[in-house]
Amino acid sequence: MTRPARVLILVVLVLAAPALAQLPATNVDDTQLYEVASYLRCVVCQNLSVADSPSEMALQMRGIVREHLAAGESPEQVIQYFVDKYGEWILLSPRRHGFNWLVWLAPAAAVAVGLTIFVVVVRRWTRRRAHATATPVPIDPAMRERIRREMDMESDR
Amino acid sequence: MIPELGYGALIVGMLLAVYGAIAAAASARTGRVALLESAQHAALGVFGIVTAALLLLVYAFLTFDFSLRYVASNTTLTTPFYYRITAVWGALEGSIILWSWMLALYTLIVILRHRHNARDLYPWVLAVMLGVLAFFLLVMTVPAPPFERLTPIPADGRGLNPLLQDSGMITHPIALYLGFTGFTVPFAFAIAALATGHVSDRWITMTRRWTIIAWYFLSLGLLIGGWWSYHVLGWGGYWAWDPVENAAFMPWLTGTAFLHSVMVQERRRMLKLWNIGLVIMTFSLTLFGTFLTRSGVIASVHAFTQGSIGAFFFTFLSLVVLCSLGLLAWRWDALAAEGELDSVVSRESAFLLNNVMLVAAAFTVFFGTVFPLLSEAVRGTKVSVGAPFFNQVNVPLFLGLIFLMGVGPLIAWRRASLENLRRNFLWPVVIGSVAAAVFFALGVRSALAALTLSLTVFVASTIALDYIRATRARRRMGEGLLPAMGGLLGRHNRRYGGFAIHLGILVVAVGITGSHAWSVQREMTVKRGESVELAGYTFRFDGLAARENGNHFLVESSFNVSNGHATSRTLHPAKKFYPNEQSPIAHVDYHLGLIDDLYVVLGDFARDGTQATVKIQVNRMVSWIWIGGLVLTLGAALAILPERKKPA
Amino acid sequence: MRRPLRWLIPAAALPVLGLLAYGFRVNPHDIPTPLIDRPAALFALASYDGPPMNLEAHRGHVVVLNFWASWCHPACYEEAPVLERNWQAYRDRGVVVLGVDIQDKPEAGRQFINTFGLTFPNALDPVGKVSVDYGVYGVPETFFIDGKGRVRAKHVGAVTDAAFRREVEQLLAER
Repeated sequence: MTRPARVLILVVLVLAAPALAQLPATNVDDTQLYEVASYLRCVVCQNLSVADSPSEMALQMRGIVREHLAAGESPEQVIQYFVDKYGEWILLSPRRHGFNWLVWLAPAAAVAVGLTIFVVVVRRWTRRRAHATATPVPIDPAMRERIRREMDMESDR
Repeated sequence: MIPELGYGALIVGMLLAVYGAIAAAASARTGRVALLESAQHAALGVFGIVTAALLLLVYAFLTFDFSLRYVASNTTLTTPFYYRITAVWGALEGSIILWSWMLALYTLIVILRHRHNARDLYPWVLAVMLGVLAFFLLVMTVPAPPFERLTPIPADGRGLNPLLQDSGMITHPIALYLGFTGFTVPFAFAIAALATGHVSDRWITMTRRWTIIAWYFLSLGLLIGGWWSYHVLGWGGYWAWDPVENAAFMPWLTGTAFLHSVMVQERRRMLKLWNIGLVIMTFSLTLFGTFLTRSGVIASVHAFTQGSIGAFFFTFLSLVVLCSLGLLAWRWDALAAEGELDSVVSRESAFLLNNVMLVAAAFTVFFGTVFPLLSEAVRGTKVSVGAPFFNQVNVPLFLGLIFLMGVGPLIAWRRASLENLRRNFLWPVVIGSVAAAVFFALGVRSALAALTLSLTVFVASTIALDYIRATRARRRMGEGLLPAMGGLLGRHNRRYGGFAIHLGILVVAVGITGSHAWSVQREMTVKRGESVELAGYTFRFDGLAARENGNHFLVESSFNVSNGHATSRTLHPAKKFYPNEQSPIAHVDYHLGLIDDLYVVLGDFARDGTQATVKIQVNRMVSWIWIGGLVLTLGAALAILPERKKPA
Repeated sequence: MRRPLRWLIPAAALPVLGLLAYGFRVNPHDIPTPLIDRPAALFALASYDGPPMNLEAHRGHVVVLNFWASWCHPACYEEAPVLERNWQAYRDRGVVVLGVDIQDKPEAGRQFINTFGLTFPNALDPVGKVSVDYGVYGVPETFFIDGKGRVRAKHVGAVTDAAFRREVEQLLAER
């Protein structure tokens, strides 16, 4: 695999890393509360997070998250508590272990495959073209300037 | 009377469509013109019948004809007149009849426009369109009939879902379906090209406008859906990566890829195979979307499923995918011409990269959407894949696409010389970098936001630079400023329409970035007279008022909002209690601004009005998304104008 | 691409279609619970009438823990008489039925209890702590807890006589 492709994959993977804040939970501020809640699925809505959902259940769940954070638990511990009660399904983003790696790596894999095909195809097509070169016709500067101006005006061709 | 009439009409329509499809295909194989004319007449007949059926259904709704089960399920005696009309497509069966009518309309237009200018392809195009139409009519006669009789006739109906009683319901499905059904036309042409073996570029040039129109309506449908979600559903967001939302987004992604790669085929006669594959993928994804929405295979807030309809859609989807890909494989040799590229630094490359990213994004969304199913099949465990996942993995792809939006339109075809690169990109890169520094100085600390905004500035600079240069060149020829600017738009409407569409996307991207990076929210229980502070605004709870309001009972709260220097305003978030709904529907109140949207949702409240729980959001830059949609509209309109003849 | 390889393209669609077909067999609303065979979470709530409801106090008995709400039509309304009936039938054998009212108002809960004349203990869960402790995602849901305080079964949806008897008899037989 070419170097640029490898670098790109690394960049994609790094940017895709989770961004859970590691703030000390001494004082529960709303940002941390909503961040944790945004990883939990609202169980009575479909596909909304506990942070977003206006439902009564989500309101109560936010209250429980707040309680746990205020008691000094870390965001990971709060999330684990919910996973213990509901199963992995409660997480809006699959945990990165075992089989779930498939869905996290799929985007990078798709880009990698696409870029590989791109590179291979471009190489093949430019090599073909290089075989069919014509000697360039010499053009004097005045003609070159006029051609450039005309091409400016016809800028969509 | 009406149920039988409508049902009978649909059966006749379906049979006519089947006949027309077969006749058109037979005409294509044998060359007999009489068969083709017969097929055309059948198509006209189908259009007339579906129109009549639709009008019949509308009439049934307007006259409260509860002898129809569909009418009784979706309206009550108190439903206002305009919602009675929109209720026609508010649930499953009605959505199919709307879809069918649009397909029939498009078929009619295809007949009028192409029966003379696409002689060889036209019979197959007609056959495919009528075939698809026949399927949807079949759905309306067997698993999901809109004209089913209800006995005994109830005194009152059940009512339209209150969330659908909104202006979004009037426009969102129409725009979205016009987009979905619109892609049937390029697909039909692609199949025609494969069937006849005439895989030259003609089918692409003929369907160019169709593709832009379908793409535009799909974009509009997605944006209106976002707007509807934002101002009705009460969660303050516009996109949840719900499976059905994803199902509409995927064909948009591949449709965008198709829109761009056909330009390469037009110019350089390359990518024939790829383009046909892309349009097959796009059309299949629209079918997949309807399958997801109606089969209940993946749970979604949008899904309106029942009975065996999922099996029908699945069978049709499988048929379409396997047959069209089979045709593609059959015609492989005619299509797989080797392309020629002068240099990797060229517009062709940029377009190819654009395609890679868009198709990769579509694949990501697809895989994420079906992964819960896959996980259950393989591991037996249910997992969820939602917003955090999709937001994270799609960001790099979309950033790459924004960058390409700046590079693609200006980089030279074939080989971009250093001179070309310098002329077109030096200033925009400089301006973009300066913008990044400015954003940092202004306090933007989110790296992602700063990067996105700088890229946006970069792309906008490329567009501005190109326009300024072209205007200047015209002015040097002696034209005045305004005629030069207007003349450019008129003569090169495709190019500048495209630029405007790109600008629209940029504005939407800025809106999305801002709303994610800088929106804040807070939730509190307040007593009457108490205030909540958020982002410099003070929200004071002024009490509750309750009253009967047409077909529901309304509890309305009053919040006075001020931010110190501007005049204060009052917001009235409410809860609506509909007799037929289990839980009350929250009615959000909001104030839209260019930068700040104030958004208040009423939660629980005490009966005596002394206290209430309220969720307050200050959403940033969301209005830019809707503004971007307007710019997009103008761009699309410009792009599809008929091209003016260039002077000799 | 050589002749046979090109047919890989349509063939590639088959596994995807197969996966979608599999989707017909699963119910997206049926979520398995991780609580089976794990100790039931202890809780104490103020009940609607009578002494406070405390799960620990019933250690050693078979407990049927039912989550309901007054706004849950029609399922909770269907199962309330079933629960009352079976409570009367099994209370002499040491089976305890406990009801927890979630996301509800006290007045509405009381009215529900009076409507069905429920005599087993019921309590309101004011902040949702107990419902989350049991991974409740809708109402009604019923948990069958054995004498050792472990959750042994979960029933989603209105409980029927047959389901109630089957679970309770199995747990009683183990003692």
